Amino acid sequence: MTVRTVLLVAAALISVGLYGALSQQVVVMVMMGLELMLNGLILAVAGLWWFCAPDPSGQVLLLVILAAMTVEMAMGFAVATSLHRIRRSDLTDTAADLSG
Amino acid sequence: MLAHLVFWGLAVVAVLAGVAVFVVNSMARASYSLALSFIAVGLQVLLLQQLYVGVLVILMMVMEMAIMAVYMNMFMGMNPAMMSMNMVHGARHALPVSVGVFLLLAAGALFAPWPSRRGSPPADVTAALGTELMGPKMLTMATVGVVMAATIVSGVVLAAHRTRYDRLGDDLRRPRAADPQPGGVSR
Repeated sequence: MTVRTVLLVAAALISVGLYGALSQQVVVMVMMGLELMLNGLILAVAGLWWFCAPDPSGQVLLLVILAAMTVEMAMGFAVATSLHRIRRSDLTDTAADLSG
Repeated sequence: MLAHLVFWGLAVVAVLAGVAVFVVNSMARASYSLALSFIAVGLQVLLLQQLYVGVLVILMMVMEMAIMAVYMNMFMGMNPAMMSMNMVHGARHALPVSVGVFLLLAAGALFAPWPSRRGSPPADVTAALGTELMGPKMLTMATVGVVMAATIVSGVVLAAHRTRYDRLGDDLRRPRAADPQPGGVSR
């Protein structure tokens, strides 16, 4: 277990999540892809913290990532609920106008 | 040696469970696969001596995925049950892009000159994190708190079926409430 192996596993998780976020049609499945990417990010930051600079402020960054995951999930669920209510749909293709 | 074996075992579980999220035939199974991936990563974080964060990841994600499974069974128009589902678009591009990103990240992970460890971990990592959050990093904690509160409000506004703003307009000055069924006390 070195910083390289930890980052390698994190890279695999991020890539699998990226595939899901790019390819899935259902809003919740896209969110799952994003969650998987953040999962990899948690591992990468935890590995970098332990192997490179194990002072407490690094852990604070991990907590911020966890908070970002929570916000992403809560808002994603809320948007998906609203979409389902208004359009009776849960597909990203029917919500293309939300792309901003 | 044992820690290495456990780490690699957990790594295999985390990645395979992550792949299973997009392969299995049911969205309920997909959410529990994601939960398994999170548990494996949480255990790896525990191996990296971050006890508080590791336990937090496991507890938070297990609850979140349980909510997600219920949510999908409630709302999703497609099959939450065990029927086949193939709801992808642009998979032809997504696969090479994600493989390319993996190769790029893996190359960075393997060939970058990572610095050697600077400093040593505190004796009690969790206590040090708490002291940090309640001291020098209080601004981070306060900001996260405000963001969480804003998330709760935004989530309720988006997900609520009919609020007073739907009935009485954005400025709440509509003389008659727009109700699907007339009645009630007039204003």
